Amino acid sequence: MIIMKPTAVKSTGIQRYQQMFAGVSRLLQQLQAQWKSVVVTVPYFWMLLFFLAPFFIILKISVAESLIASPPFSDLLEWTRDGALSIRLSFENYSYLWKDDLYINTYLGSVKIAGISTLLCLLLGYPIAYAIVRSPPTTKNILLMLVILPFWTSFLLRVYAWMGLLADQGLINDLLIWAGIIDSPIRLLYSHFAVYVGIIYTYVPFMILPLYANMEKLDMTLHEAAADLGARPAVTFLTVTLPMTWPGIVAGSLLVFIPATGEFIIPDLLGGGNVQMIGRVLYNEFHSNHDWPVASAVAVALLVLLVLPMMVYQKVQEKESGSGW
Amino acid sequence: MTVSGEILDQHWLDSRARPFIHIRGVTKQFGGFTAVNNVDLDIYQGELFCLLGGSGCGKTTLLRMLAGFETPTSGVISIDGVDMNDVPPYERPVNMMFQSYALFPHMNVENNVAYGLKRDGLSKEEIRLRVGEMLAMVELSDFSKRKPHQLSGGQKQRVALARSLVKRPKVLLLDEPLGALDKRLREQTQFELMNIQDRLGVTFVVVTHDQEEAMTLSTRIAVMDAGQFVQVGTPTEIYEYPATRRVADFIGSINMFEGRVTENDADHVVVDSTDNALRFFMDHGASVSDGSRVWVAVRPEKIRLSRTPPPNEANQIEGVVQDIGYLGNVSIYRVRLESGMIVEVTVPNQTRPRDGKHAAGWEDRVFLDWEASSAILLTR
Repeated sequence: MIIMKPTAVKSTGIQRYQQMFAGVSRLLQQLQAQWKSVVVTVPYFWMLLFFLAPFFIILKISVAESLIASPPFSDLLEWTRDGALSIRLSFENYSYLWKDDLYINTYLGSVKIAGISTLLCLLLGYPIAYAIVRSPPTTKNILLMLVILPFWTSFLLRVYAWMGLLADQGLINDLLIWAGIIDSPIRLLYSHFAVYVGIIYTYVPFMILPLYANMEKLDMTLHEAAADLGARPAVTFLTVTLPMTWPGIVAGSLLVFIPATGEFIIPDLLGGGNVQMIGRVLYNEFHSNHDWPVASAVAVALLVLLVLPMMVYQKVQEKESGSGW
Repeated sequence: MTVSGEILDQHWLDSRARPFIHIRGVTKQFGGFTAVNNVDLDIYQGELFCLLGGSGCGKTTLLRMLAGFETPTSGVISIDGVDMNDVPPYERPVNMMFQSYALFPHMNVENNVAYGLKRDGLSKEEIRLRVGEMLAMVELSDFSKRKPHQLSGGQKQRVALARSLVKRPKVLLLDEPLGALDKRLREQTQFELMNIQDRLGVTFVVVTHDQEEAMTLSTRIAVMDAGQFVQVGTPTEIYEYPATRRVADFIGSINMFEGRVTENDADHVVVDSTDNALRFFMDHGASVSDGSRVWVAVRPEKIRLSRTPPPNEANQIEGVVQDIGYLGNVSIYRVRLESGMIVEVTVPNQTRPRDGKHAAGWEDRVFLDWEASSAILLTR
């Protein structure tokens, strides 16, 4: 057998093109590899710059002391007179949150309002999502469009619209009086009711969309299989549909619960002074009291309050999926 | 086997036997489309009945009506003497094995199999016992704690089978049961299914588009086309005595010669082919009139191939070998006739090829002939 040395071959025109082509494709491959890292890096850089950095600033302010100055808080690092660098940490703001009933009650109140709203969003959104999934394709697109449609108007405008609807001289009261159901306007605006209406109205699409995405993948023959094995429709729902849509329920609930807990505009505009939620307390500390350190501590505490249970849930899920699906 | 035993096995021949599944005048329409068109069918206890047909022939719709997932537009379905029209799926004495298996992904094997028993409100102990028994039968006892996504296709299929059998249904419906399995596993499972059916005595109704599957599995086959039954019979009947050209073509391969009846007696029929100047002789009478248009159909394996002219004059064709398909156990010869028509012949390879040559080589002139009793006379 004769083995030819590759170097001994004189490159012809075609071979030159092939070599050129190989070079270009290698370059493209390298670019592609780099492109991948670019694609990953950019959003992380974004998050680092606009989320993590501000968070650390807030964290820093939360351990400072309030001063009547500009900025209205003490520095974290200070040069002492003898030239040494000293760090001043104050956890008083946090202990203050713990000592004052106002904060704990408002936190609990916010969690309660967000929790009930989430549950109501789920009760409302689940059947809607299910109906959308089960409808024929053309209707499906229209229905999905309708779910997204409110986002075409500013959130603030929509809340203002609710103020108009719920006011004493608003559309709902006028209608009820005209129909003879009530004699004098009932108090709708500036109440817990108004806040619930506002939150549920605003956040129900965030429940419907993840549920829809989850249910879309649901294999309908599983329902037939359950029926075939003797399960009535209600039993099929409890034993098959519900467990299989659980990831969608969790995703939707988180998307509603987290922003609802920290909600500021809805309790402010629709709840007035009657509904205290943590977002409003934070706003007041910052703008009315000018106590930036306490306001920052409120914000950090809120974050911890929301993130910790989520992390625990994530761990539990991981454990479950390790042994299951 | 005694004569009475034969009758016991073949209920459809026994006029006194009561059909277990009774289908009368059943039609199913989806919008303007008629999926199943006015069919009548009786299936007897312990049968392994196959609904065979191409896609869209209505076989799956008929099966789904038996399961209760679709309601007939008109007609009656009764199972074991009970009219099923107003009975919801969850109250029917039938279970179904789905084509996609439809195993519950969030439950392990054990819970999948136990699902139906739990719905019946059986005691924990009884459920455990029956699930264990069933898993042992399908040889999956070691996999009881696995989730469906951790199983292979064949294992999933056995879980699906166990789940549909554990409730001891009167009728088991199987939708393309072997469709997703590879060839080896298919053959193995085919025989497993037959054994299980034999042992439990459950009536099986199988939907398939695979004629080979239907031939091996079933006691009887109903060939469906455009929502109606074209022929109902045993695999032998369907294969050897197809009722129409469509059935003949659908089951196995067949050579078809068009012709006109020139002689028609009680003991024989002679047909002259339209475009081959050939004469076919059949040793059985048929209810056809002289001069009528008919088709003479011969299965490839019923044709003899030889290099020298065969002794009998009738049913003899001459041609040139155009293609040879060597399958190991048999070879398929495609022989071109003078008219250009291709005739397929299956020749068993009884001896090893000598000098690399089989019965005939490419471009060899060969003679084909068959027994006067081998050909089928078709009128439509």
